[in-house]
Amino acid sequence: MAMTYGPKRLAVGAHYGWRDFLVQRMSGVYLGLYTVVLLLDVLLTSGPMDHAKWVGIFTPQWMKFLTFVAILAVIWHAWVGMLSIWYDYAKPTGLRLLIHTLTAVWLLGCAGWAVQVLWQL
Amino acid sequence: MSEQTKSRPEFRNLNLFRDVARYRLPPAGWASILHRASGAFLCLLLPFAIWLFDKSLTSESSFAAFSAALDNGFVRFVAWLLLVAYLLHLFGGLRHLVLDVTHRMTKPFGRNTALAVFIATAVLAVVFGIMMM
Repeated sequence: MAMTYGPKRLAVGAHYGWRDFLVQRMSGVYLGLYTVVLLLDVLLTSGPMDHAKWVGIFTPQWMKFLTFVAILAVIWHAWVGMLSIWYDYAKPTGLRLLIHTLTAVWLLGCAGWAVQVLWQL
Repeated sequence: MSEQTKSRPEFRNLNLFRDVARYRLPPAGWASILHRASGAFLCLLLPFAIWLFDKSLTSESSFAAFSAALDNGFVRFVAWLLLVAYLLHLFGGLRHLVLDVTHRMTKPFGRNTALAVFIATAVLAVVFGIMMM
């Protein structure tokens, strides 16, 4: 009989939590790196920051690319994080379902808005 | 049991209003709950951050409005709070990653990394606070 218990248990299938765990870690790492990129961009612009220079940071396609991924990373990262919080503090299932839905609405709305802000450039 | 035994406060069902103020958390405990709280705070104020992003980018006139809004002390204070929450969350997150990768579960390591998070955050919070005054 194959050993599928304890440390060798099959962690695939529904709801083993691995995906959310990894997404949270990876999105966190990505956002950290994105912060460094943005910081370098800001620090390396000569002179005081004005509107034109600020827009100039986000206009290049590669920066839009990275920022778009950053927006999605924040949304998924925040989603997993908020889910953990609600799981810990909102015990009744019906209440938690409602709160989860509101959180999803909140985050999706923020995502759409941020993408719209970015793409008007 | 001897009658001389000092009676210690017993914490059974943790009562939010009565016990939380009296509970002594080790530094690692503080790091953990502040990481969670800063994340929730950032999520809550995400629309405000996007609003700042929006106003700063849209046009020259909105950039001027954005700068004017930031001249207001309260708005600047909230922006600073967002920054501090972000730093706490970032350094706390790095601490999580270090613990994930090294698997070092010893109490001194947890304590020292937690203190490092607080010191790093405090230093940068003061630096940015002065820059933003």
